Amino acid sequence: MKTVIRGDMMGIELDVKSFDNALKILSKKYKIFAPVRLKGKGSFSDTDLVTYGEISSYKDIELSEKSRYSPKEVIYPITQTLFYFTEDEYKKPEIDDKGIVVFLRPCDANSYLKLDNIFLKNGPYEDNYYKRLRDKVKFFVIECTKGFSTCFCVSTGSNKFLDYDVFFRFDDDKITCDIKNEEFSYAFSGKEVEFTPEFIEKNEIEVNLPDIDKISQNLEYVFNHELWDEYTKRCIACGRCTVSCPTCSCFSMQDIFYKDNPKCGERRRVWASCMVDGFTDVAGGHSYRQKYGERMRFKVMHKIYDYKKRFGTTMCVGCGRCDDVCPEYISFIKIVSKVTDAVDRGESK
Amino acid sequence: MINVYMPRKAEIISIIPQTDIDYTFRLKSDILPQHGQFLQVSIPKIGEAPISISDYTDEYIELTIRKVGTVTDAIHELKPGDLLFIRGPYGHGFPVEDFKNKNVVIAAGGTGLAPVKSIINRYNRNPKEIKKLSILVGFKSPKDILFEDEIKKWKEKFDVLLTVDNGNETWTGNTGLITKFIPDLKIENPDDTIVIVVGPPMMMKFTCLEFLKRGIPEENIWVSFERKMSCGIGKCGHCKINETYVCLEGPVFNYTKSKQLLD
Repeated sequence: MKTVIRGDMMGIELDVKSFDNALKILSKKYKIFAPVRLKGKGSFSDTDLVTYGEISSYKDIELSEKSRYSPKEVIYPITQTLFYFTEDEYKKPEIDDKGIVVFLRPCDANSYLKLDNIFLKNGPYEDNYYKRLRDKVKFFVIECTKGFSTCFCVSTGSNKFLDYDVFFRFDDDKITCDIKNEEFSYAFSGKEVEFTPEFIEKNEIEVNLPDIDKISQNLEYVFNHELWDEYTKRCIACGRCTVSCPTCSCFSMQDIFYKDNPKCGERRRVWASCMVDGFTDVAGGHSYRQKYGERMRFKVMHKIYDYKKRFGTTMCVGCGRCDDVCPEYISFIKIVSKVTDAVDRGESK
Repeated sequence: MINVYMPRKAEIISIIPQTDIDYTFRLKSDILPQHGQFLQVSIPKIGEAPISISDYTDEYIELTIRKVGTVTDAIHELKPGDLLFIRGPYGHGFPVEDFKNKNVVIAAGGTGLAPVKSIINRYNRNPKEIKKLSILVGFKSPKDILFEDEIKKWKEKFDVLLTVDNGNETWTGNTGLITKFIPDLKIENPDDTIVIVVGPPMMMKFTCLEFLKRGIPEENIWVSFERKMSCGIGKCGHCKINETYVCLEGPVFNYTKSKQLLD
């Protein structure tokens, strides 16, 4: 099932050659990212890794499989140098002059808006390292009307993204696009056709999100619920779910010095995970949430409750990557359902 | 745009050893923080750590730093004249304006005395700002006692009860946890009494409960949380509890809020 957002729209039909030509033109001003297939780079031998990477032609884009990692690293790198140190001087690294074009599905486009809340709106300051990359982003949204087996973007309200710069339908070698940002019309030339972008309206999986007011009224009950105990036993605190998550944004500061010149070094920020040991360590040895079930509770509640309470929108975009990557086959979707059931039952008590 | 992660240099004026592992670093600075705010303190190439401001004037700030990790180990190697790098102050401190003309009780455990020391010294300079100040302060053992000289000075003006968990052969003072002394503490008018509790998590939990038993209203109790902040400005996520960021809404919380912070 799919939904039509606007009627009577004109799009441009492209063949692969004219699409590649457009990428060539754009590449003078932009770095262009899309899901790509890296042969033999998967976790298991002889498997591929589907992830985000720079592309230069249509054949580079991988559309048949969900990417294991999200496009968040385009604007929020795994390791980002904040300063170069030379003696007592701090120097901020320069970045590329080029803009950033990202081909991404609506769920992942929405995940950028979720990251915006943390990096640009939380607290009194904007994070300038995030902002200077984020400001460059142009959204080239990939039409996604079927999704994949673990997707639940409709349940989280992230199935639509209308603020795109260009919207693409990839139908084998027939490519149709709707250019919303006129800045890009010079690059795409083809036959004008009727075209209305479509969005998925029903995933194979539907998840009932808990009512946040009901959680607020039963917070201690939900926090101390026995449902979390299972994950103390099953979860191995590897952090894969948070690495693959497009909305996880925690980081740690890390200073290093160069071995061949210890007077010089860098301050970096590196991705951190609330699931992994050490995340809450304070000076002198104390730490919080030592049980893995408590960490699971912390992560899940952030995705479906805490963030929504703070910013008014659910953090999770329903991409299902956490379920795809968990080595213990733990399902976030199932946990959310259990929380919703527990809240509904707890409230009726 | 200002770079929010850019620290500024601060020269170390003097270093006052408190215990074998706790030193107070006095830094040249004109920062005028709220009582209970913290700084991100760093040494380039070593790392950055959140440290509460233990005292200040308009010419210097003091940080009492325990040697417990990579960054603090390196800070302990520094000498007067060396530079530390700081950014902040961050977070919300104690609302001292609301404490005026009230009875104030400060209960501090161990290094928890650092973030409240500037309040005690504020009242030491202006005793008339409040009706009465009582101080309860506990350490693990006699060798862990911080700010010994200042505690002596405070005794001249205020009720001070110093206790250690475990004494030694020469110790003649109080022994036992702070909670042991709360039932007998002189509290004249609980509704007109402000209580500040800072220390390790378990100490804060049980100390607050003892004060509640004495009839202190929840909204009169203030605590300060210790968390690992990597950024101090609500981005890194390390200090989040529920929907609350300790670095933004805290580290100082009213008990009515802190009791809801489940972790």
